Amino acid sequence: MPQIKSQILEGSHAIALTVKNIAPDVISAYPITPQTHIVEDLAKFKADGQAGYEFLRAESEFAAASIVLGASAAGSRVYTATSSQGLLLMTEVVYNIAGMRLPVVMTCANRAVSAPINIWNDQQDVHAVSHAGWILLFAENSQEAVDQHILAYKLAEQLRLPVMVNVDGFTMTHTYEPVIIPEAAAIKKYLPAFKPRAGEFLDPTDPVTLGAFAGPASYMEIREELHKDLRNSLETIEKEYQKFNKIFNQKGDPQLEDQRSKIDNGLFEYYGPKKPKTILVAMGSVIGTIKEAADKINGSSRFNLLKGGVGVLKIKVFRPLPSSAIIPILKRAKYIAVIDKAIGLGHLGPLASDLKAAAQGKIKAKIGSFVVGLGGRDITEEMIIKIIREAGKVGDEARFVGK
Amino acid sequence: MHQIRIHGRGGQGVVTAAELIAIAAFKEGRIAQAFPAFGVERTGAPIEAFSRIDQRPIRTREQVNEPDILIIQDPTLIGTVNLTRGSTKKTVAIINTSKDKKEIGLDLPSENIHTVDATKIALEKIGRNIVNTTILGAFAKVTGLVSLDSLKQAIREKFKGKGKEIIEKNIKAIEESYIKNF
Repeated sequence: MPQIKSQILEGSHAIALTVKNIAPDVISAYPITPQTHIVEDLAKFKADGQAGYEFLRAESEFAAASIVLGASAAGSRVYTATSSQGLLLMTEVVYNIAGMRLPVVMTCANRAVSAPINIWNDQQDVHAVSHAGWILLFAENSQEAVDQHILAYKLAEQLRLPVMVNVDGFTMTHTYEPVIIPEAAAIKKYLPAFKPRAGEFLDPTDPVTLGAFAGPASYMEIREELHKDLRNSLETIEKEYQKFNKIFNQKGDPQLEDQRSKIDNGLFEYYGPKKPKTILVAMGSVIGTIKEAADKINGSSRFNLLKGGVGVLKIKVFRPLPSSAIIPILKRAKYIAVIDKAIGLGHLGPLASDLKAAAQGKIKAKIGSFVVGLGGRDITEEMIIKIIREAGKVGDEARFVGK
Repeated sequence: MHQIRIHGRGGQGVVTAAELIAIAAFKEGRIAQAFPAFGVERTGAPIEAFSRIDQRPIRTREQVNEPDILIIQDPTLIGTVNLTRGSTKKTVAIINTSKDKKEIGLDLPSENIHTVDATKIALEKIGRNIVNTTILGAFAKVTGLVSLDSLKQAIREKFKGKGKEIIEKNIKAIEESYIKNF
């Protein structure tokens, strides 16, 4: 593929351009901060005659989700985006989409939830639907967000599972940074036009029922199958990620290059020494800040360091959780600090809680739960360094680090 | 890495200014980042926006808490917002004011403060008290971080949808603030 140069764009605009190039048939959304710029751009492309999709501005998020559910059931490639209360309002439909095995792709511009009302970033919203049966991807920067949207459609349409790409509200949606937007023709090579299989969509010439009634004799097996398909999707995610990188080779642009990553696959990225004293685990844009802080602690010798220092484990896929893939990484450390931008009220940070369950009996290190950045609180490198210093002294309760 | 913090009020184009700096620096082959810290979304509320410029990928998402350069679009913020928070002896400030720098009460060494009457220039050249682009001429001159040419290109690109007249007026305004000797 010819090398496409990077441009400097707002994160939302980068996502909108990518979605346009993916060429969905139907987009429906309702504006909510900080997702609004994405769907505004998509509406504008349509109004300017640059895009062929149907754009339906719905009367609520519940309606927007229902419209894409219906369009997807009729065999269309669909897209929607939301945030915070919008996602909560969609919840019932979000579960239906997964249960009906519809390949819907959604962007969640992550934002705090009410009350108190707060428009700023954290990741509390997505955790409200983390058990709904969707593949949940998290992006660290604009480029990863762009790439994950293309990957999301490939996965959704192949696996008949809905995929949500999570991007931190404001921190990513409103940030200008360099990014490469793959062209429509290149995307089409990787992601051919969507052709639903006969008997799997609503077709008047071949009638089927979707989302039908299931009694006690069959409901349980249907749910088990959905769960197993989600668990098994890890393999496809990894395979498709490798294929994607071969075709798009985004890392070829020296402006975006960050060769310092030690292990990078479709499920996670590990950045740091081979035998670190401490590993920090997180998802989304905070990883960038954590990498900077880790470099400062590791000092100038950085990756000549074989023992000691700090490693960073970025979880790209939260659902299905790549449990067995990350255990060998977690095993390397004496201390593990999980940094969540959410709190499972009454328990721990959601990622910390999940990793504890995944690692039970498999690693020696104690897993600490740290909560940062709720409601848009600035996450500083100093806070991360504080967490690194305290990783060895954690108790069983979640620690809130606000300054 | 160069870290820039811009202070202004909602409606003054604070965020756009940060974006223009990033676009201009990117055009010169460097990596740049720009993002806002919105307060309550209303006209007149104090707002900050940030730009970073570097030769290598910028990973941090922390707000600019230790600025190398401060741009203050609205002098009425002095005394109401801690404008110099995190600044060092080397921090340079560019402030929109008609007053002498000794009179404005900004807590920085006098030689690091650069004043420009961006409001006057904006009223003359743009016809509206919108100082976000105007003050960038002074920023380019004082810091040398981006050229006047790249700034003009950034304005042409960013304001593409606003029409030729607005673009030309904004360019005249930054040229005027660039001419000033600091």
